[in-house]
Amino acid sequence: MTKDALTNSLLYLNDVKVSFDGYKALRGLSLVLAKGEMRAIIGPNGAGKTTMMDCITGKTRPDEGDVYFGGSTDLTKLDEADIAELGIGRKFQKPTVFENHTVEDNILLALKAPRSAFATLFGKAAADQRVRIDAILKTIRLTDHRLRPAADLSHGQKQWLEIGMLLAQDPKLLLVDEPVAGMTDAETATTAELLREIARDHSVVVVEHDMHFVRELGVKVTVLHEGAVLAEGSLDAVSADPRVIEVYLGR
Amino acid sequence: MIAQTVLGKRGSIFLALCIAAAILVPVLTLKVAPNSALYMPPYVVALLGKYLCYALLALALDLVWGYCGILSLGHGAFFALGGYAMGMYLMRQIGARGTYANPDLPDFMVFLNWHSLPFTWWGFSSFFYACLMVVLVPGALAALFGWFAFRSRVTGVYLSIITQALTYALLLAFFRNDMGFGGNNGLTDFKDILGFNIQSDATRAALFSTSAIALALGYIVAAAVVTSKFGKVIVAIRDAESRTRFLGYRVEYYKLLVFTLSAAMAGVAGALYVPQVGIINPGEFAPANSIEAVIWVAVGGRGTLVGAALGAILVNFGKTYFTGAFPEYWLFGLGGLFVIVTLFLPKGILGLIDRMTARRKPQPPAEMPIAPEEQIAIPEGGR
Ligand SMILES: Nc1ncnc2c1ncn2[C@@H]1O[C@H](COP(=O)(O)OP(=O)(O)OP(=O)(O)O)[C@@H](O)[C@H]1O
Ligand SMILES: [Mg+2]
Repeated sequence: MTKDALTNSLLYLNDVKVSFDGYKALRGLSLVLAKGEMRAIIGPNGAGKTTMMDCITGKTRPDEGDVYFGGSTDLTKLDEADIAELGIGRKFQKPTVFENHTVEDNILLALKAPRSAFATLFGKAAADQRVRIDAILKTIRLTDHRLRPAADLSHGQKQWLEIGMLLAQDPKLLLVDEPVAGMTDAETATTAELLREIARDHSVVVVEHDMHFVRELGVKVTVLHEGAVLAEGSLDAVSADPRVIEVYLGR
Repeated sequence: MIAQTVLGKRGSIFLALCIAAAILVPVLTLKVAPNSALYMPPYVVALLGKYLCYALLALALDLVWGYCGILSLGHGAFFALGGYAMGMYLMRQIGARGTYANPDLPDFMVFLNWHSLPFTWWGFSSFFYACLMVVLVPGALAALFGWFAFRSRVTGVYLSIITQALTYALLLAFFRNDMGFGGNNGLTDFKDILGFNIQSDATRAALFSTSAIALALGYIVAAAVVTSKFGKVIVAIRDAESRTRFLGYRVEYYKLLVFTLSAAMAGVAGALYVPQVGIINPGEFAPANSIEAVIWVAVGGRGTLVGAALGAILVNFGKTYFTGAFPEYWLFGLGGLFVIVTLFLPKGILGLIDRMTARRKPQPPAEMPIAPEEQIAIPEGGR
């Protein structure tokens, strides 16, 4: 990849390698995401999709390779909180919302605002917070549930709440790991709509197994296999690729 | 109103009770004739005052354990350090009235053949300085400890074990004569506090009222903390620490702040405790003391503040009764209580009360009760 690709990119991964106790989870993964782009990432179980997100968000440090954000920030040097502060938000594969907090407090905690302990202890809430929370609740279709503890939500609603928390952070880049796992067809369709809505003014990386869902997103697809990129292109193009067919049918 | 959002109904009742006790108890012991049925003997006043100090310690512990998930098995250390700071002031007040009549040195130092006051004792003849040390010493130790523990992300059982090690190390250190804190005898034989005879009924009543007010203030501080956005963040840390980190919160600083605040509160509790029981010795650092405090909080209801204070008072009332009636069974009773509470009352006595009142009332609409396995999280009056 060229220097040019780096400067014009929002996210730039080059030859990233990660191994866990000798097991190579990523073996030279390279990926470039343009500003404003939405990208779907597919790949069989264990392909390294979640590990890739771990590398971007500072949870796992790559053994080798570069991870750059915005063309110049080296993410391998930063920790989780720094990276979140930079504007990278993440939705986990397993939905993790704050179960004991109300839906609205979950959003409040995620809302872009000073994060220091002194600010939250003594600070006054900004006047426009309510408006922003209302808007996000509307987007994620949870307005009627705002006062319920998040623990009481259905699985699908929790996923949406987590997407809402991502939006509240107002990140430049959203990483969404398997948003529709375990959802009903109707919920899946709503989620695709929701993500397309979000992609209008955010860059998004979506990891998903559900081909139907990926088709509904209608964006460029990257296929991962054994810790590296196997194919890249439109969904129709990659599903016609014999290597991709073999990986998926070979299972 | 502030009172409604910060304290909630339960908290307001609790505060009213503290204030009522602060006013009533002195009246009952000082103004009521000793032959009256309402008369409260001074030993009862001292006993109740002691319970209130334990309640304040429980409140401090609930702040870190109930709300932030930090199970400290060493909070007794902060309590004892606050107690020692106050004890040192009281020792300096004895002056030349000690057995050796030395105006500059406490008796135990004369006995050890010391000729001058060690620097650790400098300033302790000033009440103001002692009060400062009551919060600063436990606070500084907690901050230092937390700085290392939380930054290296020690959590769960490991953290509990090192807090236990901390109090044990202090126990051993304070047992040593050359530490200069009275060795295994500790500090005792206090004469007066701020010029008042520490044994007099009026002083005891005043100490009781001060404890009640300290408990009330401690409650207000704790309630303000847990209902603030900071409070929501620490609950988030308790329930999903790494998620909180990914939202951009510096978890270690949050823990550090709440742990330090809690240690300072525990120090105040210890400082009020010492003049009322008349002694402080290394036994207060015993690991078992810290574990007992955890039991009080569990019994009253973790993560409820009021419950923690209530638990401390009830369990200690039980302890006083049991150790009088069947001394050899108290430890079994305490252990049994802990088992029963963990098995059947995961949310303690307050949780039980909540469940009973909820059953009597018609089902509340949108606000669903939390599943029993889950810990209480919603701060009092939080919504
Ligand atoms: N912390 C870890 N320690 C050891 N092995 C790990 C760790 N994290 C991931 N792995 C291994 O690395 C490989 C890649 O895992 P990863 O979770 O990235 O896959 P994935 O593509 O997200 O799969 P899935 O579709 O199942 O979510 C797997 O074989 C996994 O077992
Ligand atoms: Mg995964």
